Amino acid sequence: MDRLKVATVWLGGCAGCHMSFLDLDEFLFDVAAQIDLVYSPIVDCKEYPEHVDLCLIEGAVCNEDNLELLHKIRARTKTIVSFGDCAVTGNVPAIRNQLGRDNTTNVLQCAYVENAQENRRVPDATGIVPTLLPLVRPVHELVRVEYFLPGCPPPADRIKAVLVELLAGRAPALTGANLKFG
Amino acid sequence: MGAKTLIIDGQTVSAENHVTILQAATDNGITIPTLCHLDGVYDVGACRLCLVEVKGSTKLFSACTTRVYEGMEVTTQSERLKKYRRMTIELLFAERNHVCAVCVANGHCELQALATSLGMDHVRYDYCFPKWGMDLTHPFLGMDDNRCILCTRCVRACWHIEGAGTKNVAGRGSKSHIISDLNEPWGDSETCTSCAKCLLSCPTGALFHKGDTVGESERDRSKLGYIVNAREKQQWIV
Repeated sequence: MDRLKVATVWLGGCAGCHMSFLDLDEFLFDVAAQIDLVYSPIVDCKEYPEHVDLCLIEGAVCNEDNLELLHKIRARTKTIVSFGDCAVTGNVPAIRNQLGRDNTTNVLQCAYVENAQENRRVPDATGIVPTLLPLVRPVHELVRVEYFLPGCPPPADRIKAVLVELLAGRAPALTGANLKFG
Repeated sequence: MGAKTLIIDGQTVSAENHVTILQAATDNGITIPTLCHLDGVYDVGACRLCLVEVKGSTKLFSACTTRVYEGMEVTTQSERLKKYRRMTIELLFAERNHVCAVCVANGHCELQALATSLGMDHVRYDYCFPKWGMDLTHPFLGMDDNRCILCTRCVRACWHIEGAGTKNVAGRGSKSHIISDLNEPWGDSETCTSCAKCLLSCPTGALFHKGDTVGESERDRSKLGYIVNAREKQQWIV
């Protein structure tokens, strides 16, 4: 049997979900024996590959790079898991949405001018730093998502509960305390 | 005289006259999800999570405000109710800015706990991300409208247990919000006794002790029921 092609992606988040993933400890050996990790912040690969079986997406969709990558992921992936609260709800990155429906300007104004101590100016690095989206969105508001794995971050045993099912070709169904947000 | 016999989820139970479906169910170990209900505070049926089916009617009834009657047949768990409860809890999350990860009530929140128990793994409605503020003018209490679900437990506790009448609801629809007195800064209120019963009653982190940080807002909400029970029945039951 072909090994499962797995990707993990880091959009607008703090990498805490990936840290929690690494907290799987020795279970990572079992995972490594069953999958090919084809794309991840811990894999040196620049382009999201074709024909990925499973992708865990950490983070909310905050900027144009995130959005472009997300559409690429959807087109090239069989199963997407929203991995952690930022992907599932928008969470902390989406707090800026309270500044208004189109807050790309005023969020930078708020951070770099109003609340800055010195050097008050909005940074301009067009073409280098990706442009912010008007609104931070959870992943499922933009593309179809198969499974949800909430938590900030999801504890390692919750990640394991989902991975065990997916690796066995079954549909994971988190219940009870495993669905706690935050 | 006193007792009524009714059927809840196929179980024959007897209940005192005038009690609600919720009370009858609770007394018989049947759990109905609630959010705006709190022991000691009178019920208003605001949150719609306790909706149940009553045989003979296509309407749904809020268990916390509907009285039992002889021969009543109540269903508290069905696919239809499950669907509506899940919708209700998702709409509550979509309406304001609930960020569990950075909330004072994380781990001690009734909204969060209900979402977990009702199987909410994500919110299917687009989030509203409204702009709400905070009132931090009180010396040691704070109010964050972003986390308020408008259950009005604080208003009822303030008016009917403390008798101060500081907390009120202003606005209509999605613009409704909790105010102090005639929409003055809480710190300027002449009626507030600083009893913190509002804080005890709050199911989320909307009302909090200033200085509490993430997950620190643990409160004993049963204290209000204790006070009312002691006052009305002279029973000091801990």
